[in-house]
Amino acid sequence: MKERLVVIGNGMAGVACVEQILKHTQEFDITIFGDETHTNYNRIMLSSVLAGEKEYDDIVLNGIDWYQKHKINTKLGVRIADIDSAVRTVTDADGNVTAYDKLIFATGSSAFIPPMAGVDKSGVFVFRTYDDTRQLLELSGPGIKAVVIGGGLLGLEAARGLQVQGCDVTVVHLADTLMERQLDSIGGGYLRSKMEAIRIRVLCGRSTQALLGGTHVEKVLFKDGEEIDANLVVIAAGIRPNSALGKQAGVTVNRGIVVNDQMETSDPNIFAVGECTEHNGQLFGLVAPLFEQGKVLAATITGNRGPVFAGASPASKLKIMGVEVFSAGNFDCSRPGVEAIRYEDSSLGIYKKLVLKDGRLEGVILVGDASDDHRYMDWLRTNKDLSGQRRHLLAPPPAEDKGQDVASIPEGDTICGCLGVTKGDIIHAIHADGVCTMAQLKDKTRASTGCGSCTSLCKSLLRAVAPEFEEDKAKVLCDCVPFPQDKIREMIQSQRLKSVQDVLDIYGNGRGCEICKPAISYLVDVVWCGDHEEDRSARFINDRVHANIQKDGTFSVIPRMRGGVTTPAELRKIADVAEKYNVPLVKVTGSQRLDLLGVKKEDLPKMWEDLGMPSGQGYAKGLRMVKTCVGDEFCRFGTQNALSTGIELEKRLENLYTPHKTKLAVVGCPRNCAEATVKDIGLIGQDGSWQVVVGGAAGKGVRKADLLITVETTELALESAELFFQYYRENGHYLERSYDFVERLGMEKVRRETVYAVDEARQGLLDRLRKSKERSSDAWLERYNPRATQFVQIEPMETPVNEFAN
Amino acid sequence: MNLPTNWIQITPAADIPMREGRSVKMGSLNIALFNLGDRFLAVENRCPHGHGPLADGIVGGHGLATTVTCPLHNWRICLDSGEVVKPQAQSSPCVRTYPVKVENGIVMLEMSKKLSAEQAA
Repeated sequence: MKERLVVIGNGMAGVACVEQILKHTQEFDITIFGDETHTNYNRIMLSSVLAGEKEYDDIVLNGIDWYQKHKINTKLGVRIADIDSAVRTVTDADGNVTAYDKLIFATGSSAFIPPMAGVDKSGVFVFRTYDDTRQLLELSGPGIKAVVIGGGLLGLEAARGLQVQGCDVTVVHLADTLMERQLDSIGGGYLRSKMEAIRIRVLCGRSTQALLGGTHVEKVLFKDGEEIDANLVVIAAGIRPNSALGKQAGVTVNRGIVVNDQMETSDPNIFAVGECTEHNGQLFGLVAPLFEQGKVLAATITGNRGPVFAGASPASKLKIMGVEVFSAGNFDCSRPGVEAIRYEDSSLGIYKKLVLKDGRLEGVILVGDASDDHRYMDWLRTNKDLSGQRRHLLAPPPAEDKGQDVASIPEGDTICGCLGVTKGDIIHAIHADGVCTMAQLKDKTRASTGCGSCTSLCKSLLRAVAPEFEEDKAKVLCDCVPFPQDKIREMIQSQRLKSVQDVLDIYGNGRGCEICKPAISYLVDVVWCGDHEEDRSARFINDRVHANIQKDGTFSVIPRMRGGVTTPAELRKIADVAEKYNVPLVKVTGSQRLDLLGVKKEDLPKMWEDLGMPSGQGYAKGLRMVKTCVGDEFCRFGTQNALSTGIELEKRLENLYTPHKTKLAVVGCPRNCAEATVKDIGLIGQDGSWQVVVGGAAGKGVRKADLLITVETTELALESAELFFQYYRENGHYLERSYDFVERLGMEKVRRETVYAVDEARQGLLDRLRKSKERSSDAWLERYNPRATQFVQIEPMETPVNEFAN
Repeated sequence: MNLPTNWIQITPAADIPMREGRSVKMGSLNIALFNLGDRFLAVENRCPHGHGPLADGIVGGHGLATTVTCPLHNWRICLDSGEVVKPQAQSSPCVRTYPVKVENGIVMLEMSKKLSAEQAA
C-alpha cells in the first residue's frame, strides 16, 4: 500500500512542496486540506487583483485539473480541528477522520489584529485571501473613505488598490517610517513622498485606539485623541504563524512550528513548511524562502535526506507602479565592521544604499529606481567579493543603458528568485519544450509565479531567445499605464485628474509613450467635456498643428465644407490659395471635400487665414464630415431634406473628438446615394420618417450599419444621432471604430442606453454633448493665438558662416 | 584626437514647450531639439526608416531610455544614444545625436568643426 501523506494547507508553500514531492516520487497517496474554497492561487498577486491589474483567473497557480491529474484527494473549504499524533489521524471540523503516515503542516499565517476596540464592526477587513479581496472590491469605490492600518508592504499595496478603485485613502502607521523593516528612515522618507505624490495620505507615528461607529465603522480614533473619518478599514499590521494545530499535535512550537534544517518537526512523522514555521528563531513572510523550504522538505520526506534549509536573506519589492522600492538582506549599519555606501538624488527622488561587510554585500535599499535590483540580488546570493569595484558599486547606470541586457546575464544566474529559476532553465524550456508565451513559461518552469518582479526580465528573455514569442493578449492600455481603458476613465473621474501628466504620474510610469498619451488625452477631454488641461505634447502631431502629416513631413489641408456644399466664392478662394502656396496637389476627397496636399507646417496659419474657412478636421480622431445627397430640394426622387439636415448635423457635432474618426452621411431617400448604410452614423430619409443607422463601415472591412431607431421628425433624427455620438464618445475605447464598438456592446444595449434610455439618461448625454460643444472651437482659429512655437520652423540665433554656408 | 568644438546659440529655451520637439535648420542640416523638462536633447531630424520628422514625434520613456516616436510609422528612437529602440532592428543605422546645453536661457548646440563642415558640405 502507498504511504498516506496528508497536507494541511492548500496555499503557495504547501502546494509548491507537493509539486516538488511529485518530482521525486509518485508513491504517495496524497490528501490536501484547504480551508479556503479556492485551488492554489498566488496570494502575493492579490494586491494586483485589488488594483484591477489582474483578475482571479490570472493568479491561479494550480487549477483543479492539476489536482485531478496527480490523483490528489482534495478537500477544499475543510478546516482541520484536531490531530492525534499517537494514532496518526487528523479530524476535520465535521468530525471526519483521515489517517496519515506522514503529515505536513502548511497552515500559513493569519493577519495580526492589534488590540483595539471595534474591529468586529462591518466595513473592517484584513487583506489576506481572495475572499477578502473580493469583498474589498465590492465595497470600494468613489466617495468611500478608506483607512489602511499598517504601512508595510501589504498595507501600502492595499492602499494603492483601494485608491485605484476610487477610494479616498489614508495609510496609518505606528512607526515613524513606512516599511521600517525594509527601509531606513531616509528611504522611508522618500517612499512617503512618493505615496503622497500618488495622492495617498500618510499618517506615521499613530497608534490606533479604536474603530468607532454603529454597526458599521465610521471613524478611526488614535491614542492621542485625534479622529479621522473612515467607512472602510483594512488592517494590515503584520502576520502571525498559524501554529495552534502544531501545539495540538504535540510538536515543539515557539512563535511558529519549530523545524530543523531538514524541515522536520519534533515528531518524526510530522513536517512543516511555509509561514507557519520557525527556523533558527526566524519567521517567514516572503515567498522565496518558502519555495526553498518546500524543495528541502520534498527531499527529506521522500527519503532523499541531504539538502538543508539555511535560512533566508529576505528580499522584497513593492508592486506599485511608479513607486519603486526594493530591499534585501540586512541593512543595519550599527553592527561592527559594517559600512554603508549611499547615493541620493532628492529632485529625482532616488535613494540607494548598499551595506557592506568585509567587502561583500550584506544588504541593499533602493527607492525610486529599482531597475538594477537584479545585479545587487546576485551579489547577495553569490556573496561576491566587491572590494575591487568599490568605486563603481552605486554609479547610476549610464543614461543610454536601455535596461537589462539579457544577453549579458550568465546562464547560471537566477532570474526568478522566488522559485530559483535560472537563465539556463528558461533557455532550456524555450529550446527543449518549445515555450514561446509567458503562460507556457510559467507552466513549465514556474518562473514568475512568485512575487512577479521578474516578469519583465522573463519577457525580455523570451523575446530574445524564443523565435515565436507571443505577447500575452493585452487587456490594458499599455505598459506605461497598465490598466484597461474603462478603468482609466473611472480613475480620471474619481480622482478628478485633469491632465495626461497627472494620470501618468499617479497611475503610470510618469513618462508615457505614443500609444497611451493620445489615448489619455482623449479620455481627459471627454470625461471633463473639454474642461481639462490640454497638453499638446501628449497629442499626435496632427492634433498639434491641425493638419494631416504626409509621408514627406508636409501636411494636408482640408477646409470644412458642410454637407459637401460649397459656393463659387469659396472655390475661388481655394484656387487662389492653392496657387499662392504652390500646393502640389488638389484632390477631391471621398468625403465631398477638397484636400490641398503638400503644405509646409510654417505655411499652415497663413493659408487658413487666406482661406477664411473652418477646419474640416480631416486629420483628427473626431467628427470628419456629413456627406449628403441633394435631397428633396432638387432630386425628383427625394423624400426628405438631406442637405439642410446634413449641414445642421455637421454643425452640431463638428470640432469634437471621438474615439476614432467618425464619418456621417444623410440621404434623402432609400436609394442611398451618399452611402449612409456604410457610415458610422447614417440618416436615411423615407416618406414621412427617418431611419437612423449606426456602426457601418466601408474601409478595411465592410459592414452594413445597424438600425438604431426610426423616427418621424427631422429633429428627432438629429437628436438620435447626437445620443449615439455622445454615447460612443463616452464608452468607446480610444481607436475603436463605431463598428467595433457596436459589436462589442451589442445593439440591444446601445439602443437601451441611448434612444430608449430613461429621460434623465438621455438628457444627461445631450447635456454633456452641449457642454463639450460649448467649450470646443474651430481649431484653425489657433492661427491668431498660437501655442508657443507650434507652427514655427526655428532659425538658429547664430549661424557660424564658415561651417554652414551653403 | 581632440576636434575643435564650438557651441552655437540656437533659440530661447522657452520656445520649445515641455516634452515637445522643434526642428532647427542649420545649413543643410536639420536637427530635432527636444525639451525634456530637466534637460534638452538634440538628434538628427530624420528617422532612419522612412525619413520622418522626429521633431514632430511624441516623447516618451521606458526604463531609463527617453525616446521619441516617429510620427510616420511609429519607430522609437532613443534620444540619448540615437539608437532605434522599436522595432528591434539591430542593423538599422543610428540617428546622430548632438550635445546640448542651456546658458542664460538660450539653448546651445555643440558641433565639432570637422563634423559640421562635413554635414554642411
